[in-house]
Formats: sequence, C-alpha cells, structure tokens
Amino acid sequence: MSRCKLVVMICLPLFVVACLGCGTRRNNPNATGGSGSQQNTIRVEGSDTMVNLAQAWAEEYNKTHPEISIQVSGGGSGVGIASLIDGVADMANASRKMKAKELARAEENTGSRPQEIVVGLDALAVYVHKNNPLESISLPELAEIYGDGGKLESWSALGVDNVDCDSGEITRVSRQNNSGTYHYFREAVLGKQRDFKLGSIDQSGSKDVVALVSRTPCAIGYSGMGYKTDEIKWLKVSQEKGQPGVEPGVATAADGSYAISRPLQIYTLGEPTGALKDYIDWIMSDAGQQIVLDLGYVPVKMPGADAETKDADSAAKE
Amino acid sequence: MPEADANREPSPPRPWSMLRTFHVAVDWCEPLVEWIIRICGWSAILFVFAIFFFVFREGSEMLLGGLDLKEFFTSPNWRPDSVVRPQYGILALLAGTISVTGLAMLIAVPLGLGAAVYVAEFAGPRSKETLKVVIELLAAIPSVVWGFIGYMVLGPIIIWATGAPVGINVLNGGIILALMSVPIIVSVSEDALRAVPDSYREAALALGASRWEIVSRVLFPAAKNGLLAAVLLGVGRAIGETMAVLMATGHAVQIPHSLLDPVRTLTATIAAELGETVSGEEHYGVLFVIGIVLFAIAFVVNLTADLVVKGIRGEKHD
Repeated sequence: MSRCKLVVMICLPLFVVACLGCGTRRNNPNATGGSGSQQNTIRVEGSDTMVNLAQAWAEEYNKTHPEISIQVSGGGSGVGIASLIDGVADMANASRKMKAKELARAEENTGSRPQEIVVGLDALAVYVHKNNPLESISLPELAEIYGDGGKLESWSALGVDNVDCDSGEITRVSRQNNSGTYHYFREAVLGKQRDFKLGSIDQSGSKDVVALVSRTPCAIGYSGMGYKTDEIKWLKVSQEKGQPGVEPGVATAADGSYAISRPLQIYTLGEPTGALKDYIDWIMSDAGQQIVLDLGYVPVKMPGADAETKDADSAAKE
Repeated sequence: MPEADANREPSPPRPWSMLRTFHVAVDWCEPLVEWIIRICGWSAILFVFAIFFFVFREGSEMLLGGLDLKEFFTSPNWRPDSVVRPQYGILALLAGTISVTGLAMLIAVPLGLGAAVYVAEFAGPRSKETLKVVIELLAAIPSVVWGFIGYMVLGPIIIWATGAPVGINVLNGGIILALMSVPIIVSVSEDALRAVPDSYREAALALGASRWEIVSRVLFPAAKNGLLAAVLLGVGRAIGETMAVLMATGHAVQIPHSLLDPVRTLTATIAAELGETVSGEEHYGVLFVIGIVLFAIAFVVNLTADLVVKGIRGEKHD
C-alpha cells in the first residue's frame, strides 16, 4: 500500500511538471491559422536593420490583437522588396527607397503600385563631452578618426584645444560588432570597403555610449539621436571639410541634409486595407512610434509625454 | 516523509502494524535515496563531459580546418565582421585576459591571504564572526553588480586619480576581479589555516617563536596545499568571469601597453558576440574555438595545481 503511495507521490509531481512543460510551449502557428484565412496573417519581410523593430511591433501588437498572426523575417531590404513584387509578402521593410525599375516591375506583376510609408528614421549623432569646444566635424574627418589606418588621433589635429582632456588623444567609443548601428556607421562614414580601426572602446548599447562619452572628456562616440541627454553634446556634421555643419534633428534627417541618416520605410502593394491597414495605423500611432524610439531610431511623429523624447524633440528644433 | 506517509495509513493504527509499515517504507526508500544521491554525484562528470562534447563539436570544424591557427594565436587583429577580410586573431584578447587576471591576482592573493591569516589567527572571536559574515556577503554580490560598480564608481575615481583618458581599463577590471576573488581566497585559505593542528602552534610557541614566525614558518608550510587551492580557485574565478570584465575593462581590441589601456577578454568576446552569430557560420565556430582555448587554460591551471599539490605531498612522505 505505502509503496504504491510513494510511487504516486514521486510520479505525480513529475507528471505535473512535465505537463506544465508541455503547456508552456508556444502555440503552433499552423494550428491557429488552420483554416488558412489570409486576413489574419500578415507576412513581413525585408531589411535587417528593421527586423528588430518589426519584431517588437509584432509582439506588442499581438498583445492587443492576438487573432492576427504577424510573421516577420529579415534577409535584407532587397529580399523584402523582391518578395513584395512576387506577392509572397504583404509588407516589405526597407532601409532604402524602392528603385523606379522595381516599382514598375511590381506594378506589372501584381497590378498595384507599391505604397511607401516612412515609419522612422535611422539617424546617428556624433557625441562628444559637453566641455569639448569642437562644434562641427566632417565625414572625412570622422573616417580618419574611426577608419582602419586613419591618421587623426589627437584633438589638436582637429583644430581644437580640448582643455579637459589631459592626454589630448581622441578616445574612440564605438559599438560591439553585432550592432546595426555599428554597421550603419561603418557604411555611412567609412564606406563599403573600410574597417574600423581596432582599439576603440566597444559598448554594448547606445545608452552606454552616451553614458561613457558624457563622463569622458577625451571621448568621441556615435549613437542614435534619441539618446541625447543634457550631459552630452552632439556635433554638427558636414559632408566635406570646410562646409557648414548640419545639426542632427528630425527635420534635417527627414529631408536628407543631415549626412548620417536614412529613412526607414514600409512598402505595401496598393493602399493597405483591412487588417494590414489597422496594423500600419497602429505602427504610426503613439504606441508604435514609441517602439521606434525605444529601439534607438527617430520616430516620424514624436510620441508625447515622455521627458527624454521632448528633449530630443526640442533639441532637434533648435 | 515515510513516517507521515505511514500515519496516513487507513488501517486501524495498531502499534506493531505501524512499525512494520515504517520498516517497509524505509526498506524501499533507502536504496532509492541512495540511487538519487549516486546520480547526483555522477551527474557532475556527465555534465562536464556533455559540455566538453558540445563545445568541441561546435568548434571542431573550425579548429580542424578552415581556421588559420598561426593567425589565430599570433595576430592581434580580431575583425570577425570585416568588410575587407575577416580576421580571427586572439592575441590581443589573450593579452587582455592575462593582463586583467594577472593584475587581479597580484592584488587579491596578498590581500586574501593576509585577511585569512588575520581572521584565522589574530582576530578576536567577535571581530572574527563579523569579518567572516561580511566576507561571505562580498562573495554573494552578483557579477553584474560588480561590473556596474566598476563602470559607474571606480571608472571616474581612476580618471580622477591617474588622469587616464578613460576609467574602464585593465586597472579597473583588475581591481574588480580582485575584489571578486578575495572572498573565495579568504574563506578557502582560512579553512586551510584552521585545519593546522593546534599542537603545531603550541610546539612553535614552546620553541619561543614569535607570532609572525608561527605564521610564516609553521602555518604557511603546513597549510600549503589548501592555500594553493585557494589561490587557484581565485584564478579560476578571475579567468572565467564575464559580465564584470565586459563592463569594467572597456572592451577594446588592443594589446595593453599600460594599466590604463582598455582591453577586451576572451570571455567577454564570447558573451558579446555569440548572440548574433548564426550556428554553423565561421564566426560562430571561432567563438567556440575560443571556448576550447578557455577550457585548455582551465585544464592547465588545474593540472598544475594537482601536480604541485602532489609534489608537496610526495615531499612530505619522504
């Protein structure tokens, strides 16, 4: 008798645990969409820069709209656009504009013209310590600071007397190489054929870069515009040395005059309708745009009420 | 448990029957418990081998082919995601690990042994208890908190005290790691010192030895094995530590020329980069090869310890 009980006492908890383990498994997407109703599934494909953003949107949206299944995959802007043209994706994320040829092919293939919706901007600001007298920097100078084999190593070579920095050397603050910001900065500043110079202090997050630079008089760093605080100063950026620098901001990023920014857009086939329209409307709402800001991009519409956001906004308007 | 089990027996509670049930339960339980304990013991070996197998399986492809081992060990260029040519040289990372660990041990060993001698031999009963509790508390601080302290508190202090351009560097990492390994060194070596029989102390006192002579001539030689084990456990803690060094050392790929240069360690590299690599890709494999290198370092440290300890024992027996 007692042996039986003992066995039950041991087995029952194991069984319960096993059941819990099975129960917590995610629902199989095929199981939920068994009827194959196209309306409830949104297929999103495209830019790797935006894949985190797209996933964050999908997760957040699913919390309030569990009936909609959003399938996100990356692969690159080109892949997303190709899928849109082939009709395999409902929505393409792209960190570049669609080319005229692609637009024409999409229209030919599907009969409807792709619609472009700019959902955010990927803009990087170049930060220095707030006591650093430098005001403006050019892209070639940045490339000489950050690029492999670059010669610019001291603040005096940039023509400023950075009094607080005893050694006079430029301390480069960068990002770890798994970051999209790292790759975008490399592409935009160093070009497609140049590596970063080794020996930079690689931080794991955009906020860490800002925190470190704000405490380090010798430092220079780059990070999303949204991370600006009062403790740090950003530089105006010019295309070429001698040209007037452009202040980073939502307006200058949006019109393309600020050099280190690019719009992030979504393409749909024709005007979005039904569930897709609801989803895109939500992306453009405060909730969706807050996620854009949270992930370090510039929202097209600043979501209200957040102190940090207001700072970035007012700074951008100055 | 079995008693409670027996109590719930529905049959009328006659004393002899209860006793009998209890005995049956014990008969049945004991081998079961024995087996559970046995499995616990053997599982350690199982886990070590499973980890060993996994790390080698993931890294073997790169290790046996594909990876230029000469470049791997002699090049300071760690550029896994280069746009020109990926380079996997761990010399700078190895130098980072060795410099930070070495500095940590330079600080932690005298500090730890000194503290252990004080706690074991000199402190009165009350201060002894207080010290032991506080030191154990020190060991309980999570490594990410240590990293945070290094980043936020120690960094600015180092800048202020040394005039270094950045506060997160070898010195910072070394101090943090030293503080993290001190509790282990103290508690293990204190045990070792207390295990020395009192007759040794009495004999030394009878011979007219001073307190310092007792410690240096009698206790240290007698507790050699335990003290060595304490130091090596400290080394192991320092080499394997990831989160704190990731935050406190600056994470910069370069061979340090001074204590004030930021560096990057092997462990921090794996932690920072593994998440973004794709299984089967070159970069992923190389990170596992770094894991194998860390394994090898740990193995050599342990083997040396073993041999040294055995050597000391051998001398004693002669």
